[in-house]
Amino acid sequence: MAFIQDKDRTVVQTRFEELDQPVKLINFTQDVECMYCRETRQLMEEITELSDKITLEEYDFVADKDAVKRYSIDKIPATVVEGDKDYGIRFFGIPTGYEFGTLIEDIIMVSKGDSGLEPETRLALATLNEPVHLQVFVTPT
Amino acid sequence: MESDRIVADMVEATEFPHLAQRYGIMGVPKTVANEIGLADGALPEAALIANLMALTDPG
Repeated sequence: MAFIQDKDRTVVQTRFEELDQPVKLINFTQDVECMYCRETRQLMEEITELSDKITLEEYDFVADKDAVKRYSIDKIPATVVEGDKDYGIRFFGIPTGYEFGTLIEDIIMVSKGDSGLEPETRLALATLNEPVHLQVFVTPT
Repeated sequence: MESDRIVADMVEATEFPHLAQRYGIMGVPKTVANEIGLADGALPEAALIANLMALTDPG
């Protein structure tokens, strides 16, 4: 059973025509799959099929320690959205419902290399003098 | 994307209940920055950034 319904596939494929640079989805799961690990991996595989510019890398949370450390993954399922570099964008848990749309928008944003933020915001963020770890908590809608 | 100093996670609260408990997540969306509550609900961009800059730039 596919996660992405046919009508949604068409919508997403159309949105993905805006993609510029390639985007990599880096998915972390494990052999003894955790809650929603299998579903998240399947969802990422389906998304990847919708554009030639999206590739999927899969890592095992237990076995692939280098990748886990490189991307600072502390829980799974986890998906990194990476463009020409790692911008620090992570999805922990399965991005369904409203978050699916967020994931699609993030893929497009990373591909275009533009955050879309206001000029004032960009100026403010440029003055940041310490690391910031943002966590946005959501529930499946 | 805009800053190399920022890492941003989407965290699905029902899959990670220990985190939901740690941060006292009662309603979503809730944004936490560096272990401190930053926003309840969805804030407009300017308000979110104001909260963030206040949190990271003391005085």
